[in-house]
Amino acid sequence: MFHIYCPHCCEYREEEEFHASGQAHISRPLDPDACTDKEWGEFMYFRANPRGIHHELWVHGAGCRKYFNITRHTQTYEILEVYKVGEKPSIVANEAK
Amino acid sequence: MTQDLSKQSNRLQDGGRIDRSKPLTFTYNGKQYKGFEGDTLASALLANGVDIVGRSFKYSRPRGIVAAGAEEPNAIMQVGSTEATQIPNVRATQQSLYNGLVASTTNGWPNVDTDLMSWVGKVGGKMMPPGFYYKTFMYPKSMWETYESYIRKAAGLGRAPKESDPDIYDKMNQHCDVMIVGAGPAGLMAGLTAARAGARVIIADEQNEFGGSLLSSTETLNSKPAAEWIAEVVEELSGFDDVLMLPNSQVNGYHDHNFLTIQQHCTDQFADRAPNGQIAQRLHRVRAKWVILATGAHERPLVYGNNDLPGCMVANAVSTYLNRYGVAPGKDLVLMTSNDNAYRTALDWHDAGRNVVAIVDSRKNPQGTFVEAARERGISILVGSGVIEAHGSKRVSSVSIAPLNETGDVIVGSVVKMAADTLATSGGWSPVIHLSCHTGARPVWNDDILGFTPGATAQKQLTAGAINGTFSTVQVLEEGLSAACDALAHLGLDKPDAALPEADDIEEGKAMALFHIPHTKPTSKAPKQFVDYQNDVTAAGIELACREGFESIEHVKRYTAMGFGTDQGKLGNINGMAIAAKMLKQTIPETGTTIFRPNYTPVTFGAIAGRDCGELFDPKRYTAMHAWHVEHGAKFEDVGQWKRAWYYPQSNESMQDALNRECLATRESVGILDASTLGKIDIQGKDAREFLGRVYSNAWAKLPVGKCRYGLMCGEDGMVFDDGVTSCLAENHFLMTTTTGGAAHVLSWLEIYHQTEWPELEVYFTSVTDHWSTMTISGPNSRKLLEKLTDYDVSKESMAFMDWKPMTVAGVPARVFRISFTGELSFEINVQANYGLHVWKELFEKGAEFNLTPYGTETMHILRAEKGFIIAGQDTDGSVHPFDLGMSWAVAMKKPFSFIGKRGMQREDCVRADRKQLVGLKTIDPNVVLPEGAQGVLDPKAPIPVPMVGHVTSSYWSANLKRSVAMGFVKGGLDKMGEKIFYPLADGRVIEAEICSAVFLDPKGERQNV
Amino acid sequence: MSDVTSDVTVVARDTKLVTKQLPAADIMGESPLHHADLASIAEHGPKEGGVHFHERKLMGLLTLRCLPSLEQQEMIKSLLGVALPMQPLTSVTTNESSMGNVSVRWVSPDEWLIIVEADKACGIESHFHDKLMGHFSLVNISGGTTIFDVSGDDVVEMLKKSTPVDLHASEFPVGKVVSTVFAKSGAMICRLADDKFELVVRRSFADYLWLWIQDASREYGLVVKA
Repeated sequence: MFHIYCPHCCEYREEEEFHASGQAHISRPLDPDACTDKEWGEFMYFRANPRGIHHELWVHGAGCRKYFNITRHTQTYEILEVYKVGEKPSIVANEAK
Repeated sequence: MTQDLSKQSNRLQDGGRIDRSKPLTFTYNGKQYKGFEGDTLASALLANGVDIVGRSFKYSRPRGIVAAGAEEPNAIMQVGSTEATQIPNVRATQQSLYNGLVASTTNGWPNVDTDLMSWVGKVGGKMMPPGFYYKTFMYPKSMWETYESYIRKAAGLGRAPKESDPDIYDKMNQHCDVMIVGAGPAGLMAGLTAARAGARVIIADEQNEFGGSLLSSTETLNSKPAAEWIAEVVEELSGFDDVLMLPNSQVNGYHDHNFLTIQQHCTDQFADRAPNGQIAQRLHRVRAKWVILATGAHERPLVYGNNDLPGCMVANAVSTYLNRYGVAPGKDLVLMTSNDNAYRTALDWHDAGRNVVAIVDSRKNPQGTFVEAARERGISILVGSGVIEAHGSKRVSSVSIAPLNETGDVIVGSVVKMAADTLATSGGWSPVIHLSCHTGARPVWNDDILGFTPGATAQKQLTAGAINGTFSTVQVLEEGLSAACDALAHLGLDKPDAALPEADDIEEGKAMALFHIPHTKPTSKAPKQFVDYQNDVTAAGIELACREGFESIEHVKRYTAMGFGTDQGKLGNINGMAIAAKMLKQTIPETGTTIFRPNYTPVTFGAIAGRDCGELFDPKRYTAMHAWHVEHGAKFEDVGQWKRAWYYPQSNESMQDALNRECLATRESVGILDASTLGKIDIQGKDAREFLGRVYSNAWAKLPVGKCRYGLMCGEDGMVFDDGVTSCLAENHFLMTTTTGGAAHVLSWLEIYHQTEWPELEVYFTSVTDHWSTMTISGPNSRKLLEKLTDYDVSKESMAFMDWKPMTVAGVPARVFRISFTGELSFEINVQANYGLHVWKELFEKGAEFNLTPYGTETMHILRAEKGFIIAGQDTDGSVHPFDLGMSWAVAMKKPFSFIGKRGMQREDCVRADRKQLVGLKTIDPNVVLPEGAQGVLDPKAPIPVPMVGHVTSSYWSANLKRSVAMGFVKGGLDKMGEKIFYPLADGRVIEAEICSAVFLDPKGERQNV
Repeated sequence: MSDVTSDVTVVARDTKLVTKQLPAADIMGESPLHHADLASIAEHGPKEGGVHFHERKLMGLLTLRCLPSLEQQEMIKSLLGVALPMQPLTSVTTNESSMGNVSVRWVSPDEWLIIVEADKACGIESHFHDKLMGHFSLVNISGGTTIFDVSGDDVVEMLKKSTPVDLHASEFPVGKVVSTVFAKSGAMICRLADDKFELVVRRSFADYLWLWIQDASREYGLVVKA
């Protein structure tokens, strides 16, 4: 049971008020008609499943009904950051491998 | 004062925290016994000299009580005096005694004293080696059901009641600054400190009173019995408004972000049934800013031959029964220990006037306060020795003792036998780290205390006392204080004045690492040396597992079942790991530990369900006209959470008769449907029209004010997920309707696209589903009926098909939409829901002359199927796009914006020629109704597997057409008009049908254009 | 009870539609708990108990959606007689408005719930559509919503069984409002006094929530107030 800070209500609320809506920052292609089937398939179906830092879209469904983003550690389940739609996360996974 | 001790042969004349003036009667396995208020079921059984409380799981060996708390592996009871109040899996050590308590053993089969199953054990247990599930019972597979029932019986995990529980179990949400788990010395000190600082505190303890280990010890605090200090602290804590004290409350789960679940026994600790109106058990769902785990430690028994005989107990449990309950569970005690601490048990036993046969200490040269005290009392101490085996049939009668080497793994002398009926052992203390593991922290081995302590955690968690391996009362109190101060600092609260009570000065010598006592025979041949009593796991079993190649402790656990189930390895895990480590020639930390899962002890289903049962199981949503439907005998259908009128049988009508009557009445005159459950969304803003164009597949740019239009909503994959009529109320104002079940999803769909993809569009969506009551009058006389209730012109000229108008109906302002889901002339009347029933009744008042007939969802389904109208969710399943439905007219491919679904429905797979397409199905025999879901084949004689070409989605008897009508998917069906299709059924029949247009009635639409 | 204007269509401007929704006063509205006959329970039921329940029925409720500019805020203030509460989870109530008693509850950064007497709702709608410029939506939801006032010594205990929100006075002072989970449905909860809360609930869930509250109040005793 997560305890989630809603960036719109500006306080922590229980997870049961929220709903996860999948990976964050999946933008609809601006010109869908120009996409190949493969590109469209990737937009629709392919998602990251990282061990560690992950960005997720959540909605405060029982509260203000606003969508927002969560940066969550998938091993410890720590929520490292919440930020509004349209904003960029300040905490990101180290891409260097 | 009546002291009925006559039958309580093991009850001491005085001492303990029981009230001898309050005798209680209870029944155990059908026999009556007496105990006292303050007893647990376990202490009362021991007081009455009941030795055997169960039979073991695999070998059916007699078992007695070995512990005094949650870690008890054997005394697992079925409690309840009536069928409805049965609770399985109750630990006798955790059940307070009450008058009239009825308990029985759960794993005796058929009874514990003489067990038919015990032949299994006597043959030497070879029938059930570790891994027996995998090795034996998997083959042959067909026998599994036989084995299963046999194992279930043997396993004796209790039984669920056959009648429903009359008691109330509920849940309560709690929030606090500091959650303290455990009200022993560390927890009480922490609680007092936090409370004095003004923090919001919850302190929970599984026992019926606070105090923890202090309740069963003889030590003093501030030179007074510890119990007095406890009473002072409890009294002070109860004076704080923001302190919630929860005795009889097991913190069973510690979840992410400091969320804990606590099962509070409110009345079931004291009564078979909760007194009227009271709650039997309450599940507290706690969100804590900081958690202090002060869960203490469990003493580890040592592992030796026949260590499961009744009379073999954990040392501290013996002290607890003596000091807290005034029970001496035997006469002649042998104590085996690897540490000083356990000497207290021999001292307590001696001081209770019983005979200590000997203290057997594995160490060569024990010294310390307690050792000296034992010597002063003249108790015989055998150093450098161990008890290698207990003897007896139903109870210990003697023990074999042998000298051991320095490391305790080799016998270095001859064996002596001593008579004794009680054997208490201690291999040291295992911190109770279970909760700390629930959130994923890996325990850390601590060589100083020979146990695991909590590992690093992401939670806002502190620990205090024995959970850290801190065992002296002075230090435990200090840790309680400092944990609270740490929490307060994090919370930004000032430290209060808090003086530590003065504790006894005790010196303890170093303990020895000892787990498994060697025997003169090799482990595999020695009498059984149990590690996990509850799952019947022996030292030999663990060694066998290691020999068979299981090197990971997680695998050893699964192969042997060590620490499984309700036991969760409370007593046996460390011993098991030590034995595995030795076999694998590793250290214990190298071997690793298994981690513990929630729940710490079994939780009743009642507590888990709470009040979400019976009438409150799930919300039932009602329309404003519901009372009328009930009054008029409607049968109801669940549509999502809504209760919708399904059909309205009259007197003895069958369902089909009622449907026929409703269908005919509607098409012949006028029917009425309560359509209030349809989702309704008010859409406003200058970009509303643009938004509609993006989320619907058809065009919206030119829909004039006053007009309605049907739309299909697709996902990005191009598949239809909802449909409905949207009306243009004003240039920047629309009313969307959705399916009943899809309303919430559609609103979130609109919101997510608006908020995340197109925030620049000026549009707002507001649900008005509940605001409007919607009643649809349908049939050739619907206009005449409406005219009787309104002064507005509802003629064909003034109000054409797909027009809507504001007007007054039955005196109530209304929005009336001329839309139709039946193919008949129809008007959908919307009024503010507080007036819905009024207008509905007025319609019936005026509708009598037209035989106005209420119809439910089933007739609605039939009428629309006669017209070939789809129902999203019935005729669609998430895999069909508008073209599959033959609804290309509802797709505007030329719209400038690439609407949701457009790209998806053009994918390679979506434009295949042989996709399944929705068509009408006309059975050759008009009287046969195809079953929905039936699979069609083109050639019923084709060899198996016959290629299936699609299934029936909607199928009904049409009273209007006097034949069956159906729709279904057929591969390439739109090009197969007039062809035959066959539906072979499970009962052997093959129904033949012709593929046809789905519009069975009035294909030109003349009935609604009047 | 009647709307401020007599015609069905109040505003038929080219952009938004406002229609009158209440009939003449001789037609009685029925609240979502009409069938429960709370008046009889209030008369014949228990008079003492830890939880008090009252359905504040047939009120006027409006959902305002807007990201108000300063000009819009000023205009809204003049229309309602009270400024929109812009701080999250806050609310305002005034009885000095020309619209009578007006309460405004913050719902989200671009949503408020306006509570007025039933006959004022339509007038507010038309005033907004006449006077307020820019992007907004105002929707009458009076028929789809009802208000439960719950109070008493044990009201917080009853609510703790029903909602996961922290109701301690330090976290939930008088005037605070939250939209949250209530049993298996939802509610907007506003603290009106130390021991009094307002629950705004949806019509179709009202019966379920009424059953839930009765059940959750059983151990404290429930008093229904007319």
